[in-house]
Amino acid sequence: MSIKKVLTGNHAVSYGAMVSRVQVISAYPITPQTQVVELLSEMVADGILDAIFVNVESEHSAMSACVSASAAGARAFTATSAQGLALMHEMLHWAAGARLPIVLANINRAMAPPWSIWTDQNDSLSQRDTGWMQIYVESNQEAFDSIILAYKVAEQVYLPCMVILDAFVLSHTSEPVEIYDQEKVDKFLPPYKPMVAIEPGKAFGYGALAAPDTYMEFRYKMQKAMEKAVEIFEKEGKLFGEMFGRNYDLVEEYMMDDAEYVIVTVGATTSTARVAIQELRKQGEKVGLLKIRVIRPFPFNKVREALKGRKKVAVLDRNISFGYHGIFYQEIKSALYPLKERPQVHGYIAGLGGRDITIKDFIDIYHDMKKREDMEEIVWKGVKL
Amino acid sequence: MKNWNIPQDELLYSGHAACQGCGGALAMRLALKALGENSVATIPACCWTIISGDVLYHALKIPVFHTAFETAAISATGLKAGLTKRGFKDTTVFAWAGDGGTFDIGIQAISGAAERNEDIIYFVYDNEAYMNTGIQRSSATPWGAWTTTTPVKHPEDKPKKNIDEILAAHKIPYQATVNVAYPEDFVRKVKKAKEIKGFRFIHILAPCPPGWKMPSDISIQVARLATQTGIFPLYEVENGKHYTVSYLPPKKLPVAEYLKLQGRFKHLTESQVEYIQKMVDENWESLLRKHELTHGTLENIPRPEFYR
Repeated sequence: MSIKKVLTGNHAVSYGAMVSRVQVISAYPITPQTQVVELLSEMVADGILDAIFVNVESEHSAMSACVSASAAGARAFTATSAQGLALMHEMLHWAAGARLPIVLANINRAMAPPWSIWTDQNDSLSQRDTGWMQIYVESNQEAFDSIILAYKVAEQVYLPCMVILDAFVLSHTSEPVEIYDQEKVDKFLPPYKPMVAIEPGKAFGYGALAAPDTYMEFRYKMQKAMEKAVEIFEKEGKLFGEMFGRNYDLVEEYMMDDAEYVIVTVGATTSTARVAIQELRKQGEKVGLLKIRVIRPFPFNKVREALKGRKKVAVLDRNISFGYHGIFYQEIKSALYPLKERPQVHGYIAGLGGRDITIKDFIDIYHDMKKREDMEEIVWKGVKL
Repeated sequence: MKNWNIPQDELLYSGHAACQGCGGALAMRLALKALGENSVATIPACCWTIISGDVLYHALKIPVFHTAFETAAISATGLKAGLTKRGFKDTTVFAWAGDGGTFDIGIQAISGAAERNEDIIYFVYDNEAYMNTGIQRSSATPWGAWTTTTPVKHPEDKPKKNIDEILAAHKIPYQATVNVAYPEDFVRKVKKAKEIKGFRFIHILAPCPPGWKMPSDISIQVARLATQTGIFPLYEVENGKHYTVSYLPPKKLPVAEYLKLQGRFKHLTESQVEYIQKMVDENWESLLRKHELTHGTLENIPRPEFYR
């Protein structure tokens, strides 16, 4: 029997790791992630979770321990935020390059300086090209579910996966979360059986030097695995729906059937955008919402399918690639480029460092997009100068 | 003739990629003889990244996980945890790093793993500079030495970092210094380390002919002189406080005998050599006092005559 608990986003992640039967957890404290591993360390100490918990001296070491534990064939987990994720950067490459299906929960927090503990997406998006898959979630239930799904996909394509949730908006906000029956989760996510693992008696060099005549093939195979991950996400998301009643895809459409205008969101602001769409629909506006859940691998076909034939698209970025545009804005434009007829796409930056993104902001964005012609200029929502 | 007490099994294949006379290669050969096949290694960036072979070849009869420069200690920790969860509970997991990866960039992870008393063996094969990148100074480079970043005009002006005392301050169950020129002592200590639980640290002096600017056929001679002059004494420390000197040279030789064989010291003046002699004597005396504190006497330190 599944049970319902009122959980913070952080604790939803801890429960996600617990029911995924992670075997090695290695972590370092950082706000706003800390509660994720606090609860896990308790679960391990109490014997509820049969895992080894390593209290390391830095995030770099946290990821390094996960990398080696995973290379030794164990299911490994860690969680972090912002500076901690940045400190892991080198080992994120190591995890992906060594093809290790580690799952990491990142609580989106703005990068310093100036110091901030509040949310935006620049920490995780800085890691976009490390070879990690990235899932951005909208709710605590989705956070819990995504940990299980992340392992299921990662262990089929041998790539690590990040599950990303907004600081405080989700991490410290309580919502009801359905915790599924362990036996049922076990059926969906069987124990990890690696194709290759370090073990005594099997002499080989894992990750040894690759000269120019061999290196490129390793990278080609990573890209192919990423491409394959798109269909695995679809397949497993459907199976998850059949087993647990919640369907997941790489993107999610809301009121899109006859929408001429579309707002694109990623992460918890999606919930706010939903309300704004309802308001606008009441006023007779033909507007819909496209939520991007998985940004690596990027769901090109689904994005094209969802946006082709629309008049205009507004992309909300809680991040910025300095000297260019918001990162999701770039990604969406780039995905649409091969289409012969493309909708106009406009970029909006909002909510950096945890600033609130309101329903009114989305309504304003909608009206602004309708009248805006120039696609070069990005619009900063609510900057006080 | 003495019976050599060294296992005959070879777990390091010929055809590895080390330079001639490499102390690091010999060190691995001896260490594996002591550790046996039920072992797993992690190697960070260092000469051994190359020596062990590329992705298509592998020169060791045990598996090796290649890891990032600063992560040897934590990588071994992770391997041990992963293997334990998979049921390989009696496998020896060891980290194998150079002096740069140990004294410098890796020290944070070493300190962390030592403080948590992780059940791993940490080996540093110390050739006293960054040899894999072309002989740049590390904090293991001795005072007065030439390297490409401490050239003859301004050679290394700081004494070698005392990594052994740093580890001793962590109160780890076992640590020892070993030298490839004393293979029996080397194998005995590694075998002893293998039987102990918790964090173990083995500091190996590993001569590097290109880096030390000397012919490749005198590695062992020079390594032996390092111990006979007191520059690299052989000793063990248990729980950070019980010091046991494992070899007392029949006659402690002057440091000049060690220095003069190596091009990296050839620019030194007489007074500079005297300064090194003074530092070495001080350290040597201090070590003997620690042995005396532990054992109450210096009389039980072995003096194997056959070594000289």
